[in-house]
Amino acid sequence: MSRIQQRFSELQAQQRKALIPFVTAGDPQPDVTVPLLHAMVAAGADLLEIGVPFSDPMADGPVIQAACERALKHHVTLHQVLDMVREFRQEDVSTPVILMGYLNPIEVWGYADFANAAAEAGVDGVLTVDLPPEEAGDFTAAMQTAGIDSIFLLAPTSDDSRMRKVSAVASGFIYYVSFKGVTGANRLDISSVSSKLKELRQYTKLPVGVGFGIRDAETAALVADVADAVVVGSVLVGQLAELADQPEIIPSTLAATVAELRAAIDQPV
Amino acid sequence: MTQAADNSTHSGPLPDERGHFGSFGGCFVAETLMAPLDELNAAYRKYMQDPDFQAELDKDLAHFVGRPSPLYYAERWSNELGGARIYLKREDLNHTGAHKINNTVGQVLLAKRMGKTRIIAETGAGQHGVASATVAARMGMECVVYMGAEDIKRQAINVYRMRLLGATVVSVESGSRTLKDALNEAMRDWVTNIDNTFYIIGTVAGPHPYPAMVRDFQTIIGREARQQIMEMEGRLPDALVACVGGGSNAIGLFHPFLDDRDVAIYGVEGGGDGVETGRHAAPLCAGSPGVLHGNRTYLMEDRDGQIIETHSISAGLDYPGVGPEHAWLKDTGRASYVAITDAEALEAFHVLTRTEGIMPALESSHALAYTAKLAADMNSDQIVIVNLSGRGDKDVHTIAALEGIKV
Repeated sequence: MSRIQQRFSELQAQQRKALIPFVTAGDPQPDVTVPLLHAMVAAGADLLEIGVPFSDPMADGPVIQAACERALKHHVTLHQVLDMVREFRQEDVSTPVILMGYLNPIEVWGYADFANAAAEAGVDGVLTVDLPPEEAGDFTAAMQTAGIDSIFLLAPTSDDSRMRKVSAVASGFIYYVSFKGVTGANRLDISSVSSKLKELRQYTKLPVGVGFGIRDAETAALVADVADAVVVGSVLVGQLAELADQPEIIPSTLAATVAELRAAIDQPV
Repeated sequence: MTQAADNSTHSGPLPDERGHFGSFGGCFVAETLMAPLDELNAAYRKYMQDPDFQAELDKDLAHFVGRPSPLYYAERWSNELGGARIYLKREDLNHTGAHKINNTVGQVLLAKRMGKTRIIAETGAGQHGVASATVAARMGMECVVYMGAEDIKRQAINVYRMRLLGATVVSVESGSRTLKDALNEAMRDWVTNIDNTFYIIGTVAGPHPYPAMVRDFQTIIGREARQQIMEMEGRLPDALVACVGGGSNAIGLFHPFLDDRDVAIYGVEGGGDGVETGRHAAPLCAGSPGVLHGNRTYLMEDRDGQIIETHSISAGLDYPGVGPEHAWLKDTGRASYVAITDAEALEAFHVLTRTEGIMPALESSHALAYTAKLAADMNSDQIVIVNLSGRGDKDVHTIAALEGIKV
């Protein structure tokens, strides 16, 4: 059983929902990332999503675009991101780690070589934003061989046939994008998310996480009520941006936010 | 994961149903855009076969764009070079001054039939932005054009033209603040406003069906040129030359000649300070395959897969990718791709202006500079057609500034 499956089945047994914080690797500087990951786990994160910096983050809003630019100023490469995961794994062997990013850095590395290196470093899942199932055959095969889950997106524009298509190739969990837009926008409509998730569950037994637009404890609690996992990105990355000049207090400050979200998610609505 | 072998064994019309030219092309976008792209593809396939749509398009091309554009024998320039007979396909004479309008008149008709009320576009040199703002004005649609902050500085006149036409020009401040970043921002707008918005991509790049659709709207250039040269010379040309940024004017000229194996085809990329300096915009000459902006193609990228900044005197060539069909034509050997430096393009600009009384765009000047090299080594009974893709009025300020002249 993969670490992702293991974690979701533990949570299900406890009737709890997963909290998945997202931060960009190397933002605002490389030495912040590993201590920050540990601090977020201590504060109640169940899985971790680590953004791989990319020069052209087409699906991201201004907050995560700026995070990529800060990390790329330090020339943070996909190889270094794997080094960070390896370092994280020295102290934490149970928290699943998912890399989220764009295809080109993996394309240039080569799918099989990357998959082997990522598995060796301790990566559990990979989500490539610009790789729909239609183009993903070679990619998912390489990930599967290395024992890595391929996480796919679904969106409000995905109809029945797309839900079926994604369900057929996805593993680990499915990431539902809560609205039509880029990361960090303020457009969450919980009733439409709820009805779409009901449809989706006819096609998949995988856990479903919801991300985009979860900005505070209140929206986190609403999403936790209908989803298996709550993904929070831009809020945390926004705090990172504000604290870019005080990196020493980043882990404790973001941990406090994660703890608030944790408490909200664990409270019945 | 490029499989070069795919290219040589492929048969049948290209692209395939999912937009692949061999291993290039495809549809690499976030899930939210997959359904809208399917919807666009279905509309494009339906209306390309629809006689009413085609009749309306033909009428607009004739009476609004001013087609057919002339094929002009540049006699004095040909004689000075002492080689081949050079013909210029005069896309600079189209309404709005470049080939870009061929595509925007087509896409806006599709937008209207699909019930969209808002047009967005990205632009580099501003020609596509002007062409989009023009057709949006004519249709009474809202128009938003994304343009890199650097390009806005370089192309102030085109920015003002777009505003006169009623478009909103949004300055893109992210990344390298040029065309690639404008494309990113337009994609972000589209994903947010899918319900009422039609995204008019200006080149043969982007996700399927854009590379095929934009090509189909631009092949009017090559179809006319083919007919015109047969009427004027009674035979096909020996060579075709066009500049390649994303590559829409080039594919428009080349495509109707692809099966004519005796016609040599040359695409000319922006060589900037010289390909050997690394400061250029020539992914086909000096890049490597990767995935950007929805398709797999040759890119300017570092070894970690980050897209690197390009350099060209010409904003319209300053793009790190290239249309996937060009990547395929390069790998199959059907077309050759070369680079021309900023300095060589500038010289060609002056030569054509003084010799023929035609002021070419800096983009097109790259094609002219390579044509001069090519034609000089050919005989006077040989024929070269070069696509004069746009007029140079928009570049006058850039050229004056480079030469230290205050206008």
